[in-house]
Amino acid sequence: MKERFTVGMARNIFYGGGVFFFLVFVGLSFGTVRDLPKRDNSQNLTPQVAMGKKVWEENNCIGCHSLLGEGAYFAPELGNVYLRRGPDFIKSWIQSQPTEVAGRRQMPQFNLSEAELDAVVAFLKYTSGIDTANWPPNIEG
Amino acid sequence: MTYTSQSVARLYFIAALGLFAGQILFGLIMGMQYLVGDFLFPLVPFNVARMVHTNLLIVWLLFGFMGAAYYLVPEESEQELHSPFLAKLLFWVFLVAGALTVVGYLSVPYATLAKITGNSLLPTMGREFLEQPTLTKLGIVVVALGFLYNIGMTILKGRKTAITLVLFVGLLGLALFFLFSFYNPDNLVKDKFFWWWVVHLWVEGVWELILGAILAFILIKVTGVDREVIEKWLYLIIAVTLITGIVGTGHHYYWIGTPEHWQWIGSIFSGLEPIPFFMLMVFAFNMVNKRRRQHPNEVASLWAVGTAVMAFLGAGVWGFLHTLSPVNFYTHGTQITAAHGHLAFYGAYVMVVLAIISYAMPILRGRTANGPRAQGLERRGFWMMAIAMIVITLALTGAGVMQVWLQRMGATPLGFMQTQDELRVFYWLREGAGLLFFVGLLAYFGSFLVKDEARVAV
Repeated sequence: MKERFTVGMARNIFYGGGVFFFLVFVGLSFGTVRDLPKRDNSQNLTPQVAMGKKVWEENNCIGCHSLLGEGAYFAPELGNVYLRRGPDFIKSWIQSQPTEVAGRRQMPQFNLSEAELDAVVAFLKYTSGIDTANWPPNIEG
Repeated sequence: MTYTSQSVARLYFIAALGLFAGQILFGLIMGMQYLVGDFLFPLVPFNVARMVHTNLLIVWLLFGFMGAAYYLVPEESEQELHSPFLAKLLFWVFLVAGALTVVGYLSVPYATLAKITGNSLLPTMGREFLEQPTLTKLGIVVVALGFLYNIGMTILKGRKTAITLVLFVGLLGLALFFLFSFYNPDNLVKDKFFWWWVVHLWVEGVWELILGAILAFILIKVTGVDREVIEKWLYLIIAVTLITGIVGTGHHYYWIGTPEHWQWIGSIFSGLEPIPFFMLMVFAFNMVNKRRRQHPNEVASLWAVGTAVMAFLGAGVWGFLHTLSPVNFYTHGTQITAAHGHLAFYGAYVMVVLAIISYAMPILRGRTANGPRAQGLERRGFWMMAIAMIVITLALTGAGVMQVWLQRMGATPLGFMQTQDELRVFYWLREGAGLLFFVGLLAYFGSFLVKDEARVAV
């Protein structure tokens, strides 16, 4: 095997295989981007939702929470929090932080304006409308 | 040291190890916050600690990769580095940019950092692992370009080996895929879809080429096995890496609003991803068994073989554990992911950087290998850190299994925070193991300070 199978052949498998499967992946990705509108709830992507996403990002919410299962695992999943808790609870929860209960995990006070709070709620509502193939397994996230 | 310009690697290695220590400190803080929720609050909220922990990891591994490249490319190319001055300049640019970013994380609220760095002009912040201000991201691109130019010119001028070519392809891919971090659409599904083009195609794609190239270099040096044999293995391993790993990105596309055929594609291809890690392990053991000489730096061989074993466990076994979509449906976004993340990053990337440092640092300090006392201490550091990381992984796996059971299965699932209260014993175990890791790290650092007779002859 050592004589028959040369370094050159191994190298060709690497370059050939790498390029081939990258192209396959790019092709699959094109297909996905084309089909996304069926699942991604983009029809409800309003300017307010976009603003909410920015508030979400600029306060680093993903540093504690997960969103559709991605992020940190220190605080609850928020992809479906709109369905679990509803809009009013979300707003008043964010406003009343931190709880300052001794020994409990604390969420900072972000001093969001009324418009920013509404935008975050709109963003989480939009997120809860994304078709995630029935994930998470139950409402607890 | 064969070429004087290799000495720039020393700067990079020292910075890498310093930042590594910082990463572990913040890991310990977070581990404590899992147990005592308001620990250091509001001084260091969890999200800030996590950002510092993960970003320091990425930055110090990049320092390690760059140091490795500056060390091994001149030797492989039989050529002085194209521009040692550029290498030193970029070192300081990267270090200062990195330090300023971390100071920013720690000193002002993240929203303020976003404002003063002009995130509105090109919003890229606030996504996991890509939290750096857009300005820092641009700095990373500039450093990467200068680095690739320097390394590329050196390779072009000299002998071209499989190791330098594979390393260069890996580094080039690293730079190219990072560009997707500048794409942040309002559409969350699209954002997440292309976020993985940075994160997955880095750690389960091009970084593995860098890992393979560095490991192959070390094995050639410490075993004296024919380059021919090692190069063949290297190409085969990374070929299988890319064949399985690129389309394997699909295992992140199960539940984020992407079409459901990804459940099949992702499961099949990522189910094969352990194979290259298994090959890497067979390769490392084989080469060490076939060694033609006993290199005096024995602990470097230990790191090299250890990398292959721990990478197989962390990336291969723990990855496979939750990669099939019917399993992942329950485990997605739980402590299982954290368990896998810790062992995979430690086994594959932390250890390969420590392996090249273990091999190269004595040479950069003017000796073939450290003396027996220094190597003994380094060996103790190796084992303490390895065992600690395995215990951390087992503890988080236990926490994850229980979390899935309590929160996601059964007729009366508990809420997230209630579930967390039930996992405390695992989190204590993790924090204890984290302290052992830190002691191991101190022992490892101590091995650099031991003064005993260096072994010179090969």
